[in-house]
Amino acid sequence: MSADVELDHLTIRFGNFIALSDANLRIPAGSFFSFLGPSGCGKTTILRAISGFLDPSEGHVRIGGEDMAGIPPNNRPTALIFQNLALFPLMKVWENIAFGLEVRRVPKAQRRERAQELLELIALPNQGEKLVSELSGGQRQRVAIARALAVEPEVLLLDEPLSALDLKLRQHMRTELRAIQQRVGITFIYITHDQGEALIMSDQIAVMSQGVIQQIGSGPDIYENPKTPFVASFVGENNAFAGRVASADAGHAAVETIFGALRGRNPAGLKVGDQAVLFVRPEILQLGAGTQGNALKSKVLAKEFEGFASHIHLANSQGERHISFSTSQEEALGISPGEEATVHFSPDRAIALPQGELAHE
Amino acid sequence: MSRVSDFFAEFIRRNGVTISVYLFTAVIFWIAVLIILPQLYMLDFSFRFNLPPSKIGTEEDVRTLKNYQYLLFGAEGNPNAFNWLHLEVFFRTIWAAVLVTILNLVICYPIAYYMTQVASGGKARILILCLILPFWVNEILRAFAFRILFGLNGPINFALINLGIVSEPVEFIKADVALYTGLAYAYMLLMIFPLYNAIESLDHNQVDAARDLGSPWWRIHWRVVIPHAKPGIASGCTMVFMLTAGALAAPQILGGPSSLWFTQVIYQWFYTGGNWPQGAAYAFVLLTACIVFVLAMMRVFRVSLGEIAK
Repeated sequence: MSADVELDHLTIRFGNFIALSDANLRIPAGSFFSFLGPSGCGKTTILRAISGFLDPSEGHVRIGGEDMAGIPPNNRPTALIFQNLALFPLMKVWENIAFGLEVRRVPKAQRRERAQELLELIALPNQGEKLVSELSGGQRQRVAIARALAVEPEVLLLDEPLSALDLKLRQHMRTELRAIQQRVGITFIYITHDQGEALIMSDQIAVMSQGVIQQIGSGPDIYENPKTPFVASFVGENNAFAGRVASADAGHAAVETIFGALRGRNPAGLKVGDQAVLFVRPEILQLGAGTQGNALKSKVLAKEFEGFASHIHLANSQGERHISFSTSQEEALGISPGEEATVHFSPDRAIALPQGELAHE
Repeated sequence: MSRVSDFFAEFIRRNGVTISVYLFTAVIFWIAVLIILPQLYMLDFSFRFNLPPSKIGTEEDVRTLKNYQYLLFGAEGNPNAFNWLHLEVFFRTIWAAVLVTILNLVICYPIAYYMTQVASGGKARILILCLILPFWVNEILRAFAFRILFGLNGPINFALINLGIVSEPVEFIKADVALYTGLAYAYMLLMIFPLYNAIESLDHNQVDAARDLGSPWWRIHWRVVIPHAKPGIASGCTMVFMLTAGALAAPQILGGPSSLWFTQVIYQWFYTGGNWPQGAAYAFVLLTACIVFVLAMMRVFRVSLGEIAK
């Protein structure tokens, strides 16, 4: 069974520090939902509030429509997967998985049977008698998932569970986690600072910064239509050009940047004279002056080779790295550091937003 | 043999000649001169007759098992089959030491758990200070303080009578309550610190994980915390048991009139009786019994000696 999760004006304070400020959202039952943000943005706080380890200062957490106030973690229909997994090192693998059942006084034979089924689900059959320390990182990861699934939670909470794995394994586990979620069909709530993980796995993503939910949407939505400069700069790569709005109409705004007026979409309804930031994704920058205007010329600072593409970095007027984009190897042949290069982009794919907090690298 | 000489060569290379020589001399002096030698002396004593100084070294000075026989069967002409007087004291001492050890564990485990897993850093430090400071008061003074506390006219009886809980003063000392409490208190730190070390290394996420999986508090302790703390529990229990069984001051001061501690019997042989060989034999029986008991318990609870040293 699967349940929806609702945060209703949820605020959590530690003394004077506001870890989470007025969060309102509804996570549909059976969906894969991610909270994405840099460390310290309050995403772990949300997870601990849903699992019951933290009490709300204000507002409510509802699971399946039921208010969770005063219900301790052991009585909530949730299971949490810890960042460091927190497997029990002194128990065998199958005892780890069956611990939740042991707590529920399920007879031993049934516990073994259920552990066996779950070991098959996570593709680790016949590993039940081993100790956790005898497993690899990825295998432990899967045991942690099985241990949480054993108690048949309605909501599974995952606190950056992939962060300790190496890159290849992490990429593999992303696909695997998504597959497990679709097989068991329960609600997954996933915490991460890795936008790649969030984009690949999630049905919906909430992007957070400093205790505030900045935007909620599907992966493509928050990537293509960021609502705040933070979301634009945190999710994916983006080149930011600050300046005043020189001209604006219903669809587009021209921002007066150090490279001259550059045009992008204007979803926020910016008016002439507003302070704005124009965001241009690296993949929409193309070499050459193009035909629609929106071109800029600058000195090439560096060229980096990364197999499938080369990354080109252009300077601003102070000679600092400012604009980055990628090109095919053929195109990159014509570019060398120290020379000038011209790039252009389509105004329909760039976006102008009111000035605001940017994500720090 | 070459591995041993390699070890020494490496040790000297790492620490320099001066420090190496000092360390080896100090350790050998400590183990051989301060521990092994006097104990061997005592062991030898326990197998000899109690002779006046003039006869020591003469042909009468031969080895005997008489001192050990005495503990088992008493003096010649004893109408009973065994020396029940002393054997009873012996077994009661071991039993009481077991009880005091369990009492101590029950008191200290929650404190150690609280200090390591619940309290914040500042609170835990204050708690440790509160535990350590009372031990600046010397043992005799502390024992007498307990005697006053548990006396017929002591503050506890005063409070109990005035609260109307009892009508007559309770004879805590006669009932050995004062003795057990005093002994438990005397070696509390030796229980707390091994437990503290062991529980501190437990990742609190494991406690949270167990709770999240639905575990009630007692099962978290039974399945997660106690297995993790087992070496610390074994280490603390061993020390408290050994020291309690070998305690002298507390039983002397706090013991009821009818409860003799085995160490008091040993003491009497050495001083009142002036019979050192007899005292040495009794002391070795106590030592051996304690070691055998501890090893047996370690076997039962599947703890290895290496784990205790952790």
